[in-house]
Amino acid sequence: MESFKGLFDHYNYVVTIVLMIAGLYIVIARGNMIKKLVGLMLFQTSVYLLYIAPGKVIGGTPPVLDAKFTVYSNPLPHVLILTAIVVGVATIALGLALVTRIHEAYGTIEEDEIFARDEQE
Amino acid sequence: MSALTAQLPGLQVVIPLLGAVVAAFIRRGTIAWGWATLITAMTPIVAFALLIQVWTGGPISYHMGGWPPPIGIEYRVDLLNAFVLVLVSLVSAIMMPYARRSVAHEIDGDKQAWFYCMYLLCLTGLLGITITGDAFNAFVFMEISSLSSYVLIAMGRDRRALVAAYQYLIIGTIGATFYVVGVGLLYLVTGSLNFADIALRLGEASAVYPRPVLAGLAFLFVGISLKLALFPLHVWLPNAYAYAPSFATAFLAATATKVAIYLLLRVIFSIYGVALDLKTLPVSAVLYPLSIAAMFIASILAVYETNLKRMLAYSSVAQIGYITLGIALMNQAGLTGGIVHLFNHALIKGALFLALGAILYRAGTIKLEQLGGVGRTMPLTCAAFVVAGMSLMGVPGTAGFISKYYLIVGALNAGMWPIAFLIVASSLIALVYIGRAVEVAYFRPVSSAVAHAKDPPLLMLVPLLVLAFASVYFGIDTELSAGVAGRVAETLLSGLKVGGAN
Repeated sequence: MESFKGLFDHYNYVVTIVLMIAGLYIVIARGNMIKKLVGLMLFQTSVYLLYIAPGKVIGGTPPVLDAKFTVYSNPLPHVLILTAIVVGVATIALGLALVTRIHEAYGTIEEDEIFARDEQE
Repeated sequence: MSALTAQLPGLQVVIPLLGAVVAAFIRRGTIAWGWATLITAMTPIVAFALLIQVWTGGPISYHMGGWPPPIGIEYRVDLLNAFVLVLVSLVSAIMMPYARRSVAHEIDGDKQAWFYCMYLLCLTGLLGITITGDAFNAFVFMEISSLSSYVLIAMGRDRRALVAAYQYLIIGTIGATFYVVGVGLLYLVTGSLNFADIALRLGEASAVYPRPVLAGLAFLFVGISLKLALFPLHVWLPNAYAYAPSFATAFLAATATKVAIYLLLRVIFSIYGVALDLKTLPVSAVLYPLSIAAMFIASILAVYETNLKRMLAYSSVAQIGYITLGIALMNQAGLTGGIVHLFNHALIKGALFLALGAILYRAGTIKLEQLGGVGRTMPLTCAAFVVAGMSLMGVPGTAGFISKYYLIVGALNAGMWPIAFLIVASSLIALVYIGRAVEVAYFRPVSSAVAHAKDPPLLMLVPLLVLAFASVYFGIDTELSAGVAGRVAETLLSGLKVGGAN
């Protein structure tokens, strides 16, 4: 019972782990290059949750100085993840650009077909 | 002057960063090359100034934007990263003159300027990872260098370069994300992102939360290992190196993996080693088998490879095995060997890949079977290849010998003579694959592809000869390489927490 309670107490971590594994699984299991990128995005997004969820202090207010409030949420994880989101967007944009070029060069975005065409050369 | 000296750590990163922004507005390839060469030439000056400052005055702490650590981002320069800064910036500056002809030959006219822009961004990222004292800042720089290196690789002429860049993007992003997860776990248990501050608080945190601390190490280790191509996480490397433009291959082979190894050293020795007893963590236990597997399996794969660039790429994976073996030994001689090999291997691989680029420039191919007799038509290029190749094997009197000497002494001091034997045995495999290339180059009749080839123009030849000469010179005068590396190893090891107080 104790371990079940632990799972529910830390449900944000459970969600993070499920997202992380799902994303990683898609990257490994799919041969379609766009789907791989979707998996990669899911994987990166899980990390955003890992950072942001513990930053919330229950009963805390947004971190704005005011004499009436003494408990604030931690703003630092949000700032970090804002940076990480920018990095993630840049990565996916570059990935999609590469897939477009690969489609122009090979006429397909399925990994096994691309390897088969390279083998023939 | 002293005002400028105080800003050196910032300038180290800001100069190439602004250089890249300016390069993005240049349209002509030659002008962009001139600009990139000028910018790159400034970085080793800054790096040497920092090294001298650190050598005489101890570590420098630079507060970005005037915010003191651990609140603000700190650029912290100690002997280890000053050494890596010198290595990265110096090798890049030596290679830059080579780029003009090689890039003009391999990349379409309208894309050349972008190539230099991406190169400068990549250099910014690599120098940034090395100089920063902030774990999250290191991630941002890691992504700057990675994203630009994907573009550099994708610019190769072969369409397979695109697939190689895509695969590197997927694996590189997974690696960087693992690194952020590790940093996140450390942040959750210590509340800090500054390397030194994390190290200070980690011992206490680990007593309360032992599992996240250990999981954080695992995530950091795997993430960085993907970046440094530790066997068996190296699968992205051979294709990326084989199909990238020659200059990009030489640049990335000499610098990118070395910076990742630096980050691994930082995490193991400056964070975990300071806070916890390394002997109780499974770092060496993981590194030993993987390093030895890399030394043998990757070397054997290199023997069976006929594309010379791929052959050297596999050889890089094997050589990284020697460096991580030095880290795994964790004693004075072993660690010195690992760090000095980081330096020597950058010079050696830089020279070898530049030689291949020159052969591709003149003969149009780097397939082994088409290169018969190339040693007679391109004598200086091939001489440089042979010299650097001998250094790779570790022939006495070359830089490679110094690295292996320290590694073997380290293994013997640790009481592990089988490892000393394995180091020698795996070097013999290097003799096979370098020897095979030499045999084709000198003892075969001149083939049609190389019949009209000659040594490349001076701008390409000089950087190649300088690096080849350096890979021998640092086998004789070891003060800058082994001297500094020895002191770095001493500092890292003396900072370690010994015994199991926790």
